[in-house]
Amino acid sequence: MTSYPKRIDKRKFDELRPIKAEVGIIPNADGSALFAFGETVAIAAVYGPKPLHPAHMQNPERGIVRCNYNMLPFSVTERAKPGPNRRSKEISMVAGNALASVIDLERFPGTVIDVEIMILQANASTRCAGINAAAMALAQAGVVMKELVSSVSIGKIDDKIVADVTKAEEDWEEGEGATDIAFTMTSVTKEITHLQLDGKIQTHRFMEAVDAAKAACEKIHQYQIRALKGEKINENEK
Amino acid sequence: MKIPNINRFKIIDLLKEGKRLDGRKPFDFRDIEIETGISVNAEGTARVKIGKTEVIVGVKMGTQEPYPDHEDEGTMVTGMEFSPMAGDRYENGPPQMDSIEVARVVDRGIRESKYIDWKKLCIKEGEKVWSIMIDIYCINDDGNVMDASAIGAVTALKMSRFPKYDEETGKVLYGEFTDKPLPLTEHIPFTMTFHKIGNKLLLDPNRDEEDSSDGRLTLAISQASKKDKMINSMQKGGITSITCEEMDEIIKEAEKCYDKIFPEIEKKIKRLSK
Amino acid sequence: MTEREFREDMEEKTEMNENNYSEESYDTKKERKLVVPGEVIIEGEDYLPGDFTRKEGNQVISNRYGLVETNGRVVKIIPISGVFEPRRGNNVIGRVEDITFSGWMMDIGGPYSAFLPLMECPRFINRNNIDEFAGIGDIMAVKIAGVKKGGIDLTLKFRGLGVLEDGRLIKINPHKVPRVIGKEGSMINLIKDSTKTEINVGQNGYIWIKGDLAGETKAEETINLIVKESTSSGLTEKIENFLKGGKE
Repeated sequence: MTSYPKRIDKRKFDELRPIKAEVGIIPNADGSALFAFGETVAIAAVYGPKPLHPAHMQNPERGIVRCNYNMLPFSVTERAKPGPNRRSKEISMVAGNALASVIDLERFPGTVIDVEIMILQANASTRCAGINAAAMALAQAGVVMKELVSSVSIGKIDDKIVADVTKAEEDWEEGEGATDIAFTMTSVTKEITHLQLDGKIQTHRFMEAVDAAKAACEKIHQYQIRALKGEKINENEK
Repeated sequence: MKIPNINRFKIIDLLKEGKRLDGRKPFDFRDIEIETGISVNAEGTARVKIGKTEVIVGVKMGTQEPYPDHEDEGTMVTGMEFSPMAGDRYENGPPQMDSIEVARVVDRGIRESKYIDWKKLCIKEGEKVWSIMIDIYCINDDGNVMDASAIGAVTALKMSRFPKYDEETGKVLYGEFTDKPLPLTEHIPFTMTFHKIGNKLLLDPNRDEEDSSDGRLTLAISQASKKDKMINSMQKGGITSITCEEMDEIIKEAEKCYDKIFPEIEKKIKRLSK
Repeated sequence: MTEREFREDMEEKTEMNENNYSEESYDTKKERKLVVPGEVIIEGEDYLPGDFTRKEGNQVISNRYGLVETNGRVVKIIPISGVFEPRRGNNVIGRVEDITFSGWMMDIGGPYSAFLPLMECPRFINRNNIDEFAGIGDIMAVKIAGVKKGGIDLTLKFRGLGVLEDGRLIKINPHKVPRVIGKEGSMINLIKDSTKTEINVGQNGYIWIKGDLAGETKAEETINLIVKESTSSGLTEKIENFLKGGKE
């Protein structure tokens, strides 16, 4: 007997929250974008490739991606002290790797591409929204990349596999509780470039989560393409 | 690319004739846009654009013990950061001098104008008061982030609503809001930063003009209806000195600018906060 | 390679570089498809992958955000965004960032820092007077002599290069430079004649304009209009109208 027959916000199990997506929002940046899953809103800006200082940080064979993830203190209900913390540093790292995997870094050795991700409003899945925005910003910045990446959080809430997890779902305690799995997948080759899991999921069920991630990422990819082609998507508007 | 000398010289030369590269007059502001609703998790937010400069401001509230010399008054702390996305000159790290100064100047303008009725933020005298935390982020810098930040801060405060507070446990129920606005007076301070470029003054510089600026003077002015305009705070920045004649000119132009620009801004803010 | 051979080789490369992008990019009558990285542009055995594309099986796939351009069998992407990508022979405009005992460190935008050695000046300059020739903050029209991993080598030893005085410097997206120059310089000459200005267009997107205030302003506005409308048809007429005094 499941404790989670229907989702708290009444979405279907594979349904994403209303999406907002737009590019070119920061005039000074080489590329920029906004991406939102419902109440989780992220903006990203890209500068580069550009010279990397100090010189000892340069890699003579390839460029590097320097990603910084930051949540606004007022993006969450209890104010988050400004400045980097262990969590944000970790996310910066995994997000940077997720994005770097599709970029042709050998094109400009010794350079850096700066990716700045900022969370304006948070309701779980912030790193996923941030990576989606950053991928669009990189493309808009003319960075040479094989494909885009799309990111989504897959949850197992009690025994149900769901796409695009909210905070309320993250906090679910009944039955098997909540397991939160963040995926980032490449858009064409469908490879996983970022994966984090918190909770507990039976080994024989994990591939269900992978399938759910694949399907959700395909949907997200379509939004990213539309935004890059000039659409200002806002499914929150009624 | 940093500003080339020829652009700097041009800005200085044109200003001698009262002209600017974008066609504005020396004391004209660019278009100002004000919005809210950046984060539903904040007590209040604002998003301000002056030309292409954009800042986002949020207000969070909490409770704390009052300061010993102000036992029945609420507290306020203001922080400011230039996000690295604001321009390619911004690297990540602890707040730099620029941002600390912006935070403190904005803070003083609000504090000294008595915009906030501090006593109405008292929960229990000597024991507990409300504290207001203002966080300002610049996400695109095209000059005059100071004034944009100030407009953002007063707007975010006007938009703010008290979070729910459980009297029994003494805990703030974050994420649950009341309809109650902050105790604000009608003295909304308006901050204007004058820049001195080659011995001429101007307002609202864009990025290139700010890079050509030798010194600046920020003043915050508020006016309770039909009374005198009050200067609530001032801050001089930069190396160049200001002559007494320039000081006189600044105050006169500040009054003119307040009359010309502020009513529209005040209207926008009040409309948003209904 | 002797000095002379080097310069001839450079002149040749410069002519080729006059149009970093193909003639076709001036032809706005074609509807060009905008694609994103990873998007399948076209399928077919015969097609060959050009700039910023790759072939996988029968599909030609995009490696960059930009416009599709087909020349016979070759399918490529014309970039519309992104930083300046330096090539040997490019004529660019840079700003002096720092001065060392052997030359000028310059910012020409793009991924690499650039250096103009004293020796690459056409006339003798005393080591002690380096900054009299060009000081920090001054701008120069320079040519890229070489692109190495460590940085870019610049030279002044060609016609039309040197310190740019007076006037103003503006910046546009380097990928729009061909549009601003026009076929065989037709567009830029139209602007120069109409506004009575001197204009030097750097392939790195930095453009120097010198004239009277009204002329410089009009030239700048016209260039910004071209950048904004670069993919529209009838651009030449729009610009002619604008220069005559019409509105955008």
